[in-house]
Amino acid sequence: MDRRLPPRPGEWIDRGRSVEFRFEGRTYRGFAGDVLASALWASDVRLLGRSFKYHRPRGLYSLAGHDANVMVEDGRRTNLRGDLLPIVPGLDARSVNTAGGLERDRLRFMEWFGRFLPVGFYYKAFHTPRLLFPFYENNMRKIAGLGRINPANTPDDSPKDYAFCDLLVVGAGPAGLAAAIAAGESGLRVLLVDERPRPGGSLAWQTGDSANGPRLEGLLARVRACGNIELRCGTQAGGWYADHWIALFDDRRLTKLRARATLVAAGCFEQPAVFRNNDLPGVMLGSAAQRLIHLYAVKPFDRAVVLAANGDGYRVALDLHAAGVDVAAVADLRREGEPTELARQVAEAGIPVHHGHGVGAAIPGAGKKRIRGATLCPLDSAGNPRTDRAQRVECDGIAMSVGWTPNGGLISQAGGRFVYAENVEQLVPSILPKGVFAAGRANGVFDLDDRIADGTRAGLAAAAHLACTDSSTNGTPPAGPERIVHRGPPPSHPFPIFADKGKKNFVDLDEDLHLADFANAHQEGYDNVELLKRFTTVGMGPSQGKLSNVNAVRILARLNGASINDTGTTTSRPFHQPVSLELLAGRRFHPLRRTPIDPWHARMSAVMMHVGDWLRPEYYPREGRSRDVCIHDEAANVRRNVGLIDVGTLGKLRIDGPDAAAFLERIYTGRFGKQAVGSLRYGLACDETGVIIEDGIIARLADDRFYVSATTSGVAEFFREMQRWALIWGMDVRLSNSTGQLAAMNVAGPHSREALHELTQTDLSPEAFPYLGVREGTVAGAPAILLRVGFVGELGYEVHVPASYGLHVWQSLVGAGERFSIQPFGVEAQRLLRLEKGHLIVGQDTDALTTPDEADVAWAIGKGKPFFVGMRSLEIVRKRPLSRRLVGLTFANGTPLPEECHLIIAEGEIAGRITSIAPNSTLGHPIAMAFVRPDLAEPGTAVRIRLDDGTFSEGRVAKLPFYDPESARQR
Amino acid sequence: MKIIHCPINGPRPLQEFRFGGELRTMPDPAAASDAEWADYVFNRRGEPGVKREWWCHVPSGTWFIAERDNRTDEFLRTFLHGAGRADG
Repeated sequence: MDRRLPPRPGEWIDRGRSVEFRFEGRTYRGFAGDVLASALWASDVRLLGRSFKYHRPRGLYSLAGHDANVMVEDGRRTNLRGDLLPIVPGLDARSVNTAGGLERDRLRFMEWFGRFLPVGFYYKAFHTPRLLFPFYENNMRKIAGLGRINPANTPDDSPKDYAFCDLLVVGAGPAGLAAAIAAGESGLRVLLVDERPRPGGSLAWQTGDSANGPRLEGLLARVRACGNIELRCGTQAGGWYADHWIALFDDRRLTKLRARATLVAAGCFEQPAVFRNNDLPGVMLGSAAQRLIHLYAVKPFDRAVVLAANGDGYRVALDLHAAGVDVAAVADLRREGEPTELARQVAEAGIPVHHGHGVGAAIPGAGKKRIRGATLCPLDSAGNPRTDRAQRVECDGIAMSVGWTPNGGLISQAGGRFVYAENVEQLVPSILPKGVFAAGRANGVFDLDDRIADGTRAGLAAAAHLACTDSSTNGTPPAGPERIVHRGPPPSHPFPIFADKGKKNFVDLDEDLHLADFANAHQEGYDNVELLKRFTTVGMGPSQGKLSNVNAVRILARLNGASINDTGTTTSRPFHQPVSLELLAGRRFHPLRRTPIDPWHARMSAVMMHVGDWLRPEYYPREGRSRDVCIHDEAANVRRNVGLIDVGTLGKLRIDGPDAAAFLERIYTGRFGKQAVGSLRYGLACDETGVIIEDGIIARLADDRFYVSATTSGVAEFFREMQRWALIWGMDVRLSNSTGQLAAMNVAGPHSREALHELTQTDLSPEAFPYLGVREGTVAGAPAILLRVGFVGELGYEVHVPASYGLHVWQSLVGAGERFSIQPFGVEAQRLLRLEKGHLIVGQDTDALTTPDEADVAWAIGKGKPFFVGMRSLEIVRKRPLSRRLVGLTFANGTPLPEECHLIIAEGEIAGRITSIAPNSTLGHPIAMAFVRPDLAEPGTAVRIRLDDGTFSEGRVAKLPFYDPESARQR
Repeated sequence: MKIIHCPINGPRPLQEFRFGGELRTMPDPAAASDAEWADYVFNRRGEPGVKREWWCHVPSGTWFIAERDNRTDEFLRTFLHGAGRADG
């Protein structure tokens, strides 16, 4: 049967374009502009989905995506809303969450278990025995659930866009259009968005007045005429984030919008009434029936009952009547009925109106796949239906118009508040944050003329606000006209909820919660709105409580004997409507830094590792050798011949100016005032609590010029702190971070001097350039700073040159060192070499509490200094006994070895931990560094380390350094 | 995403900034008792209200002071260190 109505003005379908599509394996036809639900309803298909838990038959309900009844998958995407999904040729949609199809869903028997499945049942029943939980969970997931993910699906690229405007207006209904016009004509750049494919909001479907079409056209013409209003339909404002950063979604992209102000004119969600079988196909919101008629030209029912508590319900009855539906009755919850002109029109249409009546139940037809009647009950003085005086009315549809709630999620997210207003019996915005405006029904204004006036008011208020923000005075804008106060009867009913003991009267259709669940939860003590939500899961389904939260709060308020305002509401969080992950997913941009020598490492097929943002060679693999052997060989070659390592990732700072030495003395623990020009000193830095945060080399190039190295991963933060201290202390220093501008390499080993010699004019003789010296000169023609350091424990030179020379100098060193068997070495070999020398790595061998005394580097603290960062704290710490010390450990060959962070156990207590370990040192036996209790720190002490499998390894405390204790080799 | 007004670079997005903690005055290390020093080092004033905080605009290395109301997360004023002394 075709339920399509004759063409009507303003309809959204294109009758010239017929579209064939499939639903549940059967072929149907609709028109371009139809959504899946409208096209199916037009073909008289009423069973459109099954509910989440009980697999109840469900049909069209809001036709606005405010419910989750019609959820389908198309083979590629899942959980698509039938209310919003445009039909396109070839669409092959299947309902989610059925076993064997929608019609014969094998899980439909679940409903009969419903009485044994009160809310909270799962929490209580399936917790014991714990072992069986995976079994329960697996089966529950088969029964209750939504769509399946197709793992074979390859996501489309989803572009990300950016947009900017002065004012975002959300909702292109009468209030939003008026607001955009007022703001646009005041000179603001306005972006006007509406989630539906066409503008107009309720003007397109709700009022039914013949004057409204031209009225909408008039507003749209003014929008188009104003050059600075951009209208985007099919675009939802998904979430509001700080300072008017708003996520806009259309069907294919995320737009990151930065507005200067936000105006919410997003209207209301129509709210359902609660009565028995209020979820079955054929029971729908009045607005859904009107959308069917006016947008899609579909006759909703043949014979209808309208449940009304406002003038909108009478308008629904008139629209149904005009569409050829036999309106059997209007049940008006209000004893006094409708006071407006609409009542007369309904009477003239011959529609019987029952004042003070509600719907007791919808009467299901076969298989509950449609309804065949309704019971009308008079309400007693308490508002409860008198089922004993029920009157049965044959019908195939019930349209509900009992109230509204503002679509104000964006306002809440922006920090706004809502208050329950008795003149409208619903929530209205009470506090709007700076730069956030509300208009129209979202603002509690219902009359059409009032809504347009309220839009204009809000648009002008936004313009005044932004004008003030722009001016240098930054004052508050002049107070504009107040919000228009609703006159007449409230558009919402205070309690459209009718108990029918233990029967299927649904409060939340997403989660299959009925009225009794709330009473049970309340009895269990869940009498707070947030607790009730979590226990019952009300509002936690796919439509996020758009149709259930308000009724849940009304129920709870009544159970508590409290007002709605005292009961409170839950917070609406982004996104307004579900968003495909595809639209959110993006490429991950992560900074990656490569040194100037990187092309050479690549040619050598070096195995690279991430160190902070940097990529560094871990080691250079060689044919037929394992990783460990390669690393060992690289280290051995440094000890024996000469090695070359890229240390370009080190922090490289310049500290210049008259106060440079004094500044460094305050930053570092050591003394630098009397440091000779041309010499290096070790620098150790603590934070204000006396914990080691950095170490490096301080080179004095001139009285007022220092060159400082810092750790690869710590330099950015450390340099920032230096800048801050320089400000606080008001010292005359210039700080610059040259890390990225300079390449650096360390040529180290007994032959390093010979290898470097032929590339530089600088006198490298031990007398002219001793250990811990610094020289400025040239290397292979490049201006260079040469530093004689001993990190790896051999004669060695760090060569720092401008980045553009880096590769050239590196290659020159490789060439010059060839006859001395020069080999590159990577980070792992360097870690081994420094461990042999007992040099700690900050962050590896120290942690967030390590003091210089614990790390055995107190020698780096200058005696008698007036101040350095952390000094005063160390004075306090030093009054207490030391709790641990960093020591060396050696292991006999063949011993099972611990890993870093394994614990040292003494007398059953934790007595330390391994911080670094090298199984294959060049010393011929394994070595490690570890924190141990001070009483275990004496060289020769045996310590036991617990391994992963619970067994113990034994190591022996050794004096550091392991290698070359006199440091003769590096001098 | 939040916008912060850097006194040098103007309005910039939050991700360009690093929070530097509450603005505190170091007591004289020589005069302060151990308890006073520990209070300076470890304790922060988290009570609701208008806070003076260090912020750093990272790309330009600009440290500055912000007055922020931590009840509304609103930046009331930003200025370079030293510039706000006259009135505070």
